[in-house]
Amino acid sequence: MATMYLEITTAERRTFADEVDVLVAPGLDGELSILPNHAPLMTALQPGEITIRKDGEETYLAVTGGFLEVMGNQVTILADAAEPSEEIDEERARKAMEQAQALIESRVSDQELGQALAAVQRAATRLRVARRRRSRERPPSQG
Amino acid sequence: MPSLRQIKRRIRSIENTGKVTKAMEMIAASKMRRAQASVLAGRPYSEKIQEVIAHLAAQPAEQDVVQPLLEQREVRRIQVVQITPDRGLCGGLHSNLNRRVAQFISQQSVPVGIISVGRKGRDFMIRYGQDVKAAFTGLGDRPVVADTSVISRMVVDDYSEGSFDQVFISYMEFVSTTVQQPVVRQLLPIVPAELQATQRVGYIYEPDASTVLESLLPRFVEMEIYHAVLELIASEQSARMVAMRNATESASEMVTDLTLLANKVRQETITSELLDLIAGAAAVR
Repeated sequence: MATMYLEITTAERRTFADEVDVLVAPGLDGELSILPNHAPLMTALQPGEITIRKDGEETYLAVTGGFLEVMGNQVTILADAAEPSEEIDEERARKAMEQAQALIESRVSDQELGQALAAVQRAATRLRVARRRRSRERPPSQG
Repeated sequence: MPSLRQIKRRIRSIENTGKVTKAMEMIAASKMRRAQASVLAGRPYSEKIQEVIAHLAAQPAEQDVVQPLLEQREVRRIQVVQITPDRGLCGGLHSNLNRRVAQFISQQSVPVGIISVGRKGRDFMIRYGQDVKAAFTGLGDRPVVADTSVISRMVVDDYSEGSFDQVFISYMEFVSTTVQQPVVRQLLPIVPAELQATQRVGYIYEPDASTVLESLLPRFVEMEIYHAVLELIASEQSARMVAMRNATESASEMVTDLTLLANKVRQETITSELLDLIAGAAAVR
């Protein structure tokens, strides 16, 4: 089967670089799946979950926005931040979420409210991706 | 011949200088490691975003959207974002850098406005009567993107308003601990990549071209400036460490030489005193 080369980079480091079969990314207008030999595409990403499939194995990452480019058979994701599921500190994400929620409750200024909402979204994504990993570690009950 | 006491005083003073430069070398070394790590880690992103943007600039333009940051205009005014260190004692780093920028400016036939980042560049440009539009200092050793985004916002705004038609960025590129390279590179308008015909098909933009470009292009400028600052800091700390190591070595060399001289002076004093004694004893007898 054809594969494509995927590279995920953040300002701090190169998070992922490998040949993959399928990529599912959170586009600004909703989830999009990229298969090999996709037409050239340029899109902004919203905070969410990236799923990478390679040889039947799935890898998950949490991203907090960025850009995705498809050019030739090469996919580039320039993420603001990207964390593979196994690196997510669930405890920290949960705390960040609680803190942000408390901030929303306390009805702060508009600007802070925006930041808090974004923080909640980020934390929620992290938690979701981290849970994926846990459910994967347990043997699936069906199928 | 200086007196023994004078020599000893000089030895002490040079030893103290050596201690200071040694300490500065250690500090620079630890800062250098961190700065080198962050510049190397940031390079893939910087290279990737350049590549993506260059692809983008090479695509056939959409008729309905005009992106000022991609637009090639007739050049009437040039802006240079000059990134330099705040502090000296880093060898020839800032004179090399300033010389390179000065040379670049003298080659231009249109007026050049300058945004200085760092005290060394600002002072140099003001001293030579250049048109400094804005100066930023005190970024520190570990800036974050938010620290430099003021600069990039200013660059983007000036360019979009048409105050400048071309923007260059100058900094010291970090090659290795001993080698740093002064660079002046065009930042805006974005230089299109050379694409093969098969690649020049136009992107599918999602949700649409203007939404993507309006967030991607400023982000690009922001990351480029941030990365240039990281390159400079890594270069600065490396240059400082090397300069301070050389200073420490010269200090210990001087101490060795002066100690030799001191011993010689001491011996000569003793010899002449002995001669006096003997002569005096002979006279008494």
